[in-house]
Amino acid sequence: MILNEQLSQVSLLFVYGAMAFYTFAFLAFVAQLSRLASTKQESRSAASGVEKLGIGLLIIAALGHGAAVLLRGISANRVPWANMYEFALTGSFIVIAIFLFALRLREVRLVATFIAGFTLLVLGLATSVWYVQVKTLPPALQSYWLVIHVLVAVLATAFFTIAAALAVVYLLRNAGWLGKVKGALFGFVRRVLDLFPSNDKLEKSAYRFNIIGFILWSFTLIAGAIWAERAWHRYWGWDTKEVWTFIIWTIYAGYLHANATRGWTGKRSAWLALVGFAAIIFNFTIVNLFFKGLHVYSGLK
Amino acid sequence: MRWTWRQLTSMRTALILLLLLAAAAVPGSVYPQRSADPNGVAKFFDDAPELAKALDAIQLFDVYTSVWFSAIYILLFVSLIGCVIPRTGVHYRHLREEPVETPSNLGRMPAFTSAKLAKTKQQDALLAAAELLRKQRYRVAARTDATGRRSVSAERGYLRETGNLVFHVALIGVLFAVGLGGGYSYSGQRVVVEGETFVNNLAGYDSFSPGAFFKPEMLTPFSMTLDRFEVQFDLQNQTNIGTPLDFKATVTSRVPASDGTVAEATSTIRVNEPLELPGSKVYLTGNGYAPVITIRDKNGDVAFSGPTEFLPQDKNYTSLGVIKVPDGAGPQFGILSFFYPTQDELTTGARTSIYPDPLDPLLTMNVYIGDLGLDSGAPKNVFELDVKGMTQVAGGKSGVKGLELVPGQTIDLPKNLGTVTFEGVKRFASLDVSYNPGGVWVLLFSLLALAGVTLSLLVPRRRVWVAVDGDQLQVAALARGDDPSLEAVVEDIKAELTGAEPKDQAESR
Repeated sequence: MILNEQLSQVSLLFVYGAMAFYTFAFLAFVAQLSRLASTKQESRSAASGVEKLGIGLLIIAALGHGAAVLLRGISANRVPWANMYEFALTGSFIVIAIFLFALRLREVRLVATFIAGFTLLVLGLATSVWYVQVKTLPPALQSYWLVIHVLVAVLATAFFTIAAALAVVYLLRNAGWLGKVKGALFGFVRRVLDLFPSNDKLEKSAYRFNIIGFILWSFTLIAGAIWAERAWHRYWGWDTKEVWTFIIWTIYAGYLHANATRGWTGKRSAWLALVGFAAIIFNFTIVNLFFKGLHVYSGLK
Repeated sequence: MRWTWRQLTSMRTALILLLLLAAAAVPGSVYPQRSADPNGVAKFFDDAPELAKALDAIQLFDVYTSVWFSAIYILLFVSLIGCVIPRTGVHYRHLREEPVETPSNLGRMPAFTSAKLAKTKQQDALLAAAELLRKQRYRVAARTDATGRRSVSAERGYLRETGNLVFHVALIGVLFAVGLGGGYSYSGQRVVVEGETFVNNLAGYDSFSPGAFFKPEMLTPFSMTLDRFEVQFDLQNQTNIGTPLDFKATVTSRVPASDGTVAEATSTIRVNEPLELPGSKVYLTGNGYAPVITIRDKNGDVAFSGPTEFLPQDKNYTSLGVIKVPDGAGPQFGILSFFYPTQDELTTGARTSIYPDPLDPLLTMNVYIGDLGLDSGAPKNVFELDVKGMTQVAGGKSGVKGLELVPGQTIDLPKNLGTVTFEGVKRFASLDVSYNPGGVWVLLFSLLALAGVTLSLLVPRRRVWVAVDGDQLQVAALARGDDPSLEAVVEDIKAELTGAEPKDQAESR
């Protein structure tokens, strides 16, 4: 198996290029929000032009990002998600891709700042802290389940991420303290939050992203168990990563119950969605890097 | 009692138990678990015995079989059963009922629209509505209420609740399959050096973990010889030197048939490709080097001979092994030995291995004289040498240089203990023989649960009413559970029945 190290360098250049455009897109979305939240009518009416610019920049960034994913895969001669760097690279691309598909929803369009910023942060960490040179697959990963299990996990994470962004907006808008504090910045934040559709719509929208995430996460869990039965001689062994997959599944199961329980909808369920998302981030970072277990594929020492 | 039961089966309780279960699972990822990492537990006890005892008292090394973890999930399942049984009854009755009476004030429904009907359509509007709704897979009933208003009442999405119930019942199935399957399962580990044969009986295993209902007769008779173990490391790609590309065990298995013959077959086992034998699967879980070492005592008699498994310590297979020589002509002695497949010297003078294949192998030995503790009868780990109370006579601070051997070399042991010969290197494979009859049932129930939860989350369940009041057509809908398209549904139905284009829905918000 020949690895193409030069091509992986080209892939990295595309990542840097995409990061530049994500930065521009992020700035454009911030400018858009500040115009929308402006008290001047003419400023507000200019916002949609800025938004179009932001989306255009985001699409250019996504194209570069997609090319980087593709080149990384070609240079390694396999799917580009076998270590932490590649998982972050491909995962953040899928978040952006799903986001671009969901752009026609207004409440989703308005979290563009969050999504562009999040992607930028993930790519920054990936290139600076998690980067590893292109490697072949260790025997334990040589299975078609790598394609299925990890891809579906990435998809689930992408849906949970968008839902988490909506939950943050929901919680900020319903935070009593934010309504009381004084200061220009807080006033600005309040006006931005007022741009979003009603609480009811926000909550429903987050719920819909979360249920898709939950179904995909359930599938990830089952596919992981099938693979574990082949690779590790048991379908479930409470390996640290298995534990956290279970914890995340259980939290989101709690979230689904909360949405059908009087007194638990609204803020509490939004908090649960955020706790679930925090567990996902914890699972991907802390568990990957510092916990002992069988899922040691970060490629980092 | 009734109050307690109602509390236990309420949705809020289920929610809190779920969150408790998630929280209770966390410590199992923080502290080493006996089931997943027994060595980690042993190390914890060595490093911090006091703390370990305290943690062990509250079962923090056995979280997933602990009393408190079990209590939470058992309560959760009792709550689940208590919730599912009455809901199944309700759903069963609901499935056999006609759609509900049409509410008197449709304008109060979450989705409502109305339009003036053309004279020509007033007569047939309800018939057309019933037909349209049937086509969209609604269950439909015609109604006339006390005021003489005629209407159509329709309901769809019964699968939503069916899926919900299937999901919860399937989870009970998963729990039972895990429990029963685990009881009848076993898994045994065995390290086999190239050329060695392993026979499937309890004595043949290095370690063995049976389920609660395991009986030794459950071990199906077979034997297996490790013919070859081949490893391929990358020597080609600069950035990837030494990365394993392939581990391949070639084995010959012999399975006796009922007619007295023995079916012999040669097959390969890889990490993701276990070998399926009748009644069990054989997995490749590890590998390493087994240097072949012969030790003769001062009279020239063989005191120790054979391949010795060394445990790999790093990715370049620097390996650590222990040799115990209790029965030579002299005193008992033990050897702590390092094997470097491709040796190199660090600037500090310490040895290291720079490549995992044996390109330039070296064996180093530190020798200790003293009681090996084998006579006490207590079980000893073959990979450990307790040097407490022993005297080091080669290597370290003993004043005598540690021994160094290359393949084929023979050298003298210190203190007139005899000679040691490094004959050559073989590889070993760690095999795992596992059987779990529950696995396939766990999978089936899991897939059923997945199908159920997908239906219960994605199938919209709604009631739709169409009424004609004078020349007014009224369409209303009520969702039970999340339904993203409720508004669109009533608009579409109105458009179909009045023959108008539906209102532009492009700006969906």
